[in-house]
Amino acid sequence: MNKALEHYLLRLADTALTQSQRLAEWCGHGPFLEEDIALTNVALDLLGHAKLLYEQAAEISDRDVSADDLAFLRDVDAFKNPLLTELPRGDFAYTTLKQYFLDQFNVLLYAALKDSQYEPLAEIATKALKETRYHITRSRDWCLRLSLSTDEAKQKIQAALDDLYFYTPELFETDDDLNQLIAESIMPDLSVLKEHWQGQVDELLNECQLQVPKSGWVATGGLRGEHSEHLGYMLDDMQFLQRAYPGCEW
Amino acid sequence: MYSQGLQDAKGGPEPEGLLKAFQKRIDNEEKIEPRDWMPEAYRKTLIRQMSQHAHSEIVGQLPEGNWITRAPTLKRKMILLAKVQDEAGHGLYIYSATETLGITREEMTRQLLSGEAKYSSIFNYPTPSWADMGAIGWLVDGAAIMNQVPLCRASYGPYARSMIRICKEESFHQRQGYDIMTTLARGSNAQKKMAQDALNRFWWPALMMFGPSDKDSKHSVQSMQWKIKRFSNDDLRQKFVDVTVPQAEHLGLTIPDEDLKWNEERGHYDFGEIDWDEFINVIKGNGPCNKERLRARQKAHDEGEWVRKAAEVYQQNQRDAA
Amino acid sequence: MKLYEIFIRPKSGLNHRHVGSLHAADARMALQNARDVYTRREEGVSIWVVEAAHITASNPEQSEPWFDPAADKIYRHPTFYPLDKEVDNM
Repeated sequence: MNKALEHYLLRLADTALTQSQRLAEWCGHGPFLEEDIALTNVALDLLGHAKLLYEQAAEISDRDVSADDLAFLRDVDAFKNPLLTELPRGDFAYTTLKQYFLDQFNVLLYAALKDSQYEPLAEIATKALKETRYHITRSRDWCLRLSLSTDEAKQKIQAALDDLYFYTPELFETDDDLNQLIAESIMPDLSVLKEHWQGQVDELLNECQLQVPKSGWVATGGLRGEHSEHLGYMLDDMQFLQRAYPGCEW
Repeated sequence: MYSQGLQDAKGGPEPEGLLKAFQKRIDNEEKIEPRDWMPEAYRKTLIRQMSQHAHSEIVGQLPEGNWITRAPTLKRKMILLAKVQDEAGHGLYIYSATETLGITREEMTRQLLSGEAKYSSIFNYPTPSWADMGAIGWLVDGAAIMNQVPLCRASYGPYARSMIRICKEESFHQRQGYDIMTTLARGSNAQKKMAQDALNRFWWPALMMFGPSDKDSKHSVQSMQWKIKRFSNDDLRQKFVDVTVPQAEHLGLTIPDEDLKWNEERGHYDFGEIDWDEFINVIKGNGPCNKERLRARQKAHDEGEWVRKAAEVYQQNQRDAA
Repeated sequence: MKLYEIFIRPKSGLNHRHVGSLHAADARMALQNARDVYTRREEGVSIWVVEAAHITASNPEQSEPWFDPAADKIYRHPTFYPLDKEVDNM
């Protein structure tokens, strides 16, 4: 079970870390000061989730690793986040919609993980759920603001939707390990989650009067360590010091 | 005597009676509040000083923001992100306080981007190494705190209140910087070198943060009288040197000043002459990163335009629909 | 964007207190921004936002006629009334 659990904890941790890393790119560059600060709050929350999850993964791992080792010393093919969260920061509409898709997923996921049979994960989920509930208030509001305002904003968020929509099915992908955890009630059945997620998303997109794209490349591969070109550059940046000066305390 | 040459907003002389009463309030340590009568020159001086301060916080996000995506551990990444965010917050508090003087944030932003308004010259230096995050926290925030603590008693209420909040929040900034330096100074040879190199580059610019020498400071006398400044530039600079030198020694790092020496008689450190030509040049816009910093602010401002507009239009649409 | 004044209740049992201002397009956004700007260090349990333009303030030039007259109404304060030692602490 430990191998499957470690795998899943890394899936969650990598997702939170990559999302946080992209959000953090806004710090100092936000569309206005208040939003700059708000985006960074979300980035900090996600980074906090990542840290807790990596620590838990490190604790149960057979290998002698720390949370930092997991974040800073694994290569692209060992990262397990969905491709959605490694996509570039993009413009504010792109960031907003990406955040909303993930928030909507996380709200449902962490609400379910609160009841996980695996106590440490249930604890992390309880904390993460509170924060995510605030995140989704913000990202939903911004989707509405951008969609129901100027033509320019509407065009931008529609373009973001066209780009991002087919990256969302990957959030619900499972593999043998995850199916085992689902069977043991350590994590929820993602196909059930998906129905709820889709219902909520359809409702919001409808309210936003946005058009769901008809087709596109359906992203897949994160769980297996198969990623887009973007992740390598992200890790390049993120892991630079640990790679250039191995074995140091920071 | 203090009223000599002070002009009101229309260029006429300020009424003597009001001026006297105003100065009396200040001498009694009473706070001046936004809608109180104040000499036009007091208002202008405050707007200049406070907006400069706010701009420094905002531009100050950039040299450190540079390392957020590259911070070496999860803990350091969190701390740095929180710290740079605090700077945005501090900018916001001070912009808010400045707006009570009758200038909008839009106008202040315009002045920053057009180069009319200044910001602290320290942020025009590059941060090529991780150790710069340590040096900035330790030296730059250290110098800033030394400047800011007396401002918590500034005569203008909103300024003083924002400074109290800022000083409270900033207490961790200097410590986290010194903590980075400590870790590096006790680390590998490469890390020690990194730390020393950052100290070498940031020492003199940090001393310049206290502003020109008292004999050349054109705003000082009036500002002291109005209690929007409590100590002279040189006094604060000396205090900074005195507390920082032992901290550097504790780290086993060398301050890059051959003239630095304890002066038993004065009870202070003597230190070398600051390169004021460099200072003036950087203030004028010819520092290593002036153009980059302003360009980054301009870009964020331009790219945020449609977002701000959308938020406003949405609000109008909602209101019209209601 | 409009200017909003922010009031925060530091903990239950205390009044909301003015802490500063910020910019927002509408009240809902102002509330969220206030949460993100002014409560990052557990400074509050409740937030009020008021559009600055909606605040009516007294005129500082009128402060003498408005506020000085209260100064000599010393009979409104308990210390105005001496008490015999035996009944101290009333």
